[in-house]
This record gives sequence, structure tokens and C-alpha cells, in this order.
Amino acid sequence: MNRTLNKRLPDDLLRPLFHTSVWFYALVAALGSVVLAGLSAYAYQVYNGIGVTGDNWPVFWGFHETNFVFWIGISHAGTLISAILRLVNATWRRPVTRCAEAITVFALMIGALFPIVHLGRPWLFFWLVPYPSAREIWPNFRSPLVWDFFAINTYLTGSLLFLLLPMIPDFALVRDRATGWRHRIYGALALGWQGTTKQWHRLESAMQIMAIAIIPVAVSVHTIVSFDFSMATVPMWHSTIFGPYFVAGAIFSGIAALIIAMALLRRFLHLEEYLHPVHFQNLGKLLLLMSLLWVYFVFAERLTVWYGNEPSEMAVFWATQRGAYAPLFWTMVICNFVIPFPILALRRLRTIPGTVVASLTVLVGMWLERFLIIVPSLAHKQIPYTWGSYSPRPVEIVMAVAAFAAMGLLYVLFAKFVPIVSIWELKVGDHPRPALTPVEKDEAAGLWRTQP
Amino acid sequence: MKAVYGLYADPDSAQRAVDALRAAGVANRDILVMSSEPFEEYEFSHRDKATWLHWIAGAGGASGFTVGYFLTSITEQLWPIKTSGMPIVAGWPNAVVIFELTMLGAILATVITLFITAKLPNRGPRLYDPEVSDGYILVGVDNPPDAARLEAALAIDGARVKTTS
Repeated sequence: MNRTLNKRLPDDLLRPLFHTSVWFYALVAALGSVVLAGLSAYAYQVYNGIGVTGDNWPVFWGFHETNFVFWIGISHAGTLISAILRLVNATWRRPVTRCAEAITVFALMIGALFPIVHLGRPWLFFWLVPYPSAREIWPNFRSPLVWDFFAINTYLTGSLLFLLLPMIPDFALVRDRATGWRHRIYGALALGWQGTTKQWHRLESAMQIMAIAIIPVAVSVHTIVSFDFSMATVPMWHSTIFGPYFVAGAIFSGIAALIIAMALLRRFLHLEEYLHPVHFQNLGKLLLLMSLLWVYFVFAERLTVWYGNEPSEMAVFWATQRGAYAPLFWTMVICNFVIPFPILALRRLRTIPGTVVASLTVLVGMWLERFLIIVPSLAHKQIPYTWGSYSPRPVEIVMAVAAFAAMGLLYVLFAKFVPIVSIWELKVGDHPRPALTPVEKDEAAGLWRTQP
Repeated sequence: MKAVYGLYADPDSAQRAVDALRAAGVANRDILVMSSEPFEEYEFSHRDKATWLHWIAGAGGASGFTVGYFLTSITEQLWPIKTSGMPIVAGWPNAVVIFELTMLGAILATVITLFITAKLPNRGPRLYDPEVSDGYILVGVDNPPDAARLEAALAIDGARVKTTS
């Protein structure tokens, strides 16, 4: 065992928990102010009614739904990527997983708020919950909005547990090093963890099972979010590729968010020794793959619509290609493909600043993509005299900005109170690989043998 | 709590201590090993490997499936709502809810089983030494019948042997 590593790892990674800089308070104050502004805007909307937003006939879904789809998409960064890397035993994942899983939980919490934010009477949000109501109308299981309830809650529960379980041994580590109130709080969070061989086995087995279970749940969540649209016969929504298209877009924006979060953590928590350029290189390659996949889906969808030449769909098609929404559409294409593709494809540019620039453009592009899926279709439904337009009002813009600030605030607080890199998993990564037994060597050689 | 244990700086020494305790007649199930990280490469960490966790997760999934199936189909029969020409008990949409509850069942069963079998949360008196968090590996025995003899067995590779009473 590497004794130096055993001392250095906790010293480095627990530093933010025991030492607070003035920058932390400044950042919390700045982000908290924006969140407060968002809450005030929401209070204003609740008091005055949903009419203060830009939602109006025929576009009743605007910024709030865009934010809902965008943040649920961002949530695909963590648990899904972490689970896949855990299952394939990718060793480079070890410093990345917790940063990623935290994004999932916070993004889901923020995203899931927006359907409630958009309710005219938010105090009746529990009508979405399947319970036998006095109105004798049990929520209808054929409604995609009820599917959302089940999918988001399952994913949130699974992701929260997936994040919390591997934190227990690290809480025990903090408990043993802390004194006073910290010792008591982290002692309670550690749940009496001792680190017996049985506890380690059960934890690792549970994480393996959770990783297997969470992947299909993650895929299902964004598929079901896409069903909110594709189950309706609205032009350019009623599409069979919407499920995989949404999932690909979600993973795309999720990886971009993860890269930005990792770069900020590396810079401000001085984690240069743990978050290496190779991590950004590898995530950059994944981002490149998703960028290509995104272009493929956009092309497949657009070509099919254009070839079909259905008048109602062509109205939306042209509105986005060269009409009122064209500037947003082409900005989206530039942000999601034209800028990130060369940066991520050229090894020389796939540096930490390069991947961060690409990720920032992808986040802008993906937010626009969500907006362009929702608004132009609602503004150009089948009957031309129902056509309309949508412009966001300040109250929606403030809430959209506040959602980003809330994400930042939650993440800063998380990194302050929890080791942002899993210490015990990093230690395991430092173990020498065990020597293969003769049988294992034979099996490994067999993989490369060809049949005569 | 009466116990005797040694703190070892590396897993090789811990493995030798476990072997020494066995040689001293201590049953495998009575030997406690604690560390701040799992050591899959060593035999001592494989003693508690047998688990029903996978099967229990499967059973949890089956329970979730059953709950999902009855929640959707019974509800739809008790509160029949005609929707868009679909049958009252509509299999395709119900499959979405059933799938989510199946996975939720598997996840919850896994976590509950983890807590029960790993004895978490554990607030009672138990053998532990905070030096485990500094990277030392604890090898010891709870309520040893002959503490002096086990102390001798544990005193290898420069280990610090401690006795609690």
C-alpha cells in the first residue's frame, strides 16, 4: 500500500471541508442573490397569475418547458456516464464519478421543479400524484405527464442513492479526522461505517447492481420526456425518432456540463493532481461522438420531414430554416457542431480550455435546441389561422437564469461539505493489478485465438 | 467491548495476521478485518463474498413489476376513463409505469438489503480504531477466549497490538 498516497489523498481532497476561503462566501452570496431574484420572480408569477409570462395562445409552452427539458437532459451527465464507466471498469472514471453524479441529482431537482413552476395553481401540484381523489378522477396512466412523474421520481431516487452510497466510507474518513460539530455531523452521516470486509463487499455488489439498473432508467427518463411531445399530433413532434434523439441530446449536454464542472473544480479546488488532462481528453472524445450523433439525428429528422413535404410540417420546417426562428436554428447548429467539431476532433485543440469552450457552446446550442423543438411547432399547428408567436417575458428570463445560479449554488455547497472526489475509489485505483492465474491467462489468450 | 487487534501498515501483513489467527485456532467467521479501502486482491477480503444481493434485487424488481401491473390495471378498472379510443386497460402505456416501478423495486431492494447485511446504521458499541482511516488495516477478534495467545499471534510485521476491555 502506498503510505504517502494514504496521507496525501485525504489532505488534498478534504481541504475544502476544513478550510473556507473568502471566495466561497463571495460565490455563495453572488449565486444566492440570483437564486433569490428567481424566487422573487416566481412569487410575482404566482401572485399575478401565469399571464405575466409570455405563454399565450397558441404557444402555451415556452421558457419553463424549455428549462424542464434542458435540465432533465443535463441530468444525464452523471449517473448514466458513471454507471457505464463503472460497469466497463474504466479506471480513469475514479476521480470523475462523484462530480458527475452530483450534477445528475441537482439537475433533476431543478428540472423537476419547472412543470410545477408552470402550473397556474402550483399548490395543486399533487394532482399529478396517482392517488384516489375526491373528484373520482384517478390520474390517467395513459397521459405522458403521469409517466413523467414515475420516471423522474424513479431516476431521482436511484441517482440519489447511487450518489450517497459510495459517500458513506468517505464520511467515515471525515468523521475520524474531524472534531467538534463536524465529528458529530459526519459521524451521523457515516452511519457507523467500520470498513469491514463484509461492508465493502456489500457496498461494491450494491453499486454494481445499481449501475445495471440505473442505465435503462436513465434512458427511459429522457425517452419519456420526449413522449410528452411525440405522443401529440403536433407538426414535427409526432416522430418515432424523438426518443433516441432526446436521449442523445441529453447525454450530449450532460457531458458538456460535466466538463465545465470538472474544469471549475480543478481550477478552484486545486485538483490538478486528480483531474488530469487525460480525463478531459476522454470526455472530449465522448462529446465529439455525441456531437456527430446529434448531427445525424437532426439530419435524419429534417430530411424525412422535407421529403414527406406535409404542409403542416413544412410550415415549422421553413420557420426554423429561413423564417423567424432561423437565427436561433443556425446558432444552434454552429454551437452544437461547427464550433465543437474541429476543437474536439483535433487532438492539438482537445485541451482543457478547448474542451471547456466546446462544452460552453454545446450548452448554449442544446438550450436553443430544446426551445426550437417546443416553440415553433406550437406556433405553427395544422390550421394556419391559429398560428402565433412567442416572446419570453422578464419573469421567465430571470427564472431561467436563476436555474443556472441554483445549479452553481448547490454544486458549490456540495463541494464544500462533501469530498468531491471519491477518496476510497481513488485509493483502489492505485492498487497494483493482480497477477493472472494460469487459467485466466489461458482465457485471455483464447480471446485472440482464431478458429482454424 | 472486549477485543484484541493489531494495526497493519500494508495488506500483505494483514493477510499474514489473518493466517496467524487461523493457525491459532480462531474460526474464520470470528476474524474481523477493517480497512479504509477494499482489497479485492487479497484472500482475507473474500471471506464474506457469498451474497444473495443479486437475487434479492431480482425479487425486488419482480415485486415492483407486480405492484406496477396491479396499480395500473386495477385502477383503470375501478376508475374507467375513456381516452382517445384506447382500451380501458391499455397495455402499451401501462408498460411505461410498470417498467419504472420494476426498476424502482430492484433499486430499493438492493439498498435495503445492503443496509441490513452491512449492519448500517450501526450506533451500538463496536470494535473500531480511527487509525483505520489513516490507511492502517485492523485485524482482530471480538471477545477473544485467550487474549494473551492471540496478542502473540497478531504481533507480526511490526504491528501495534491493542487490547480493549
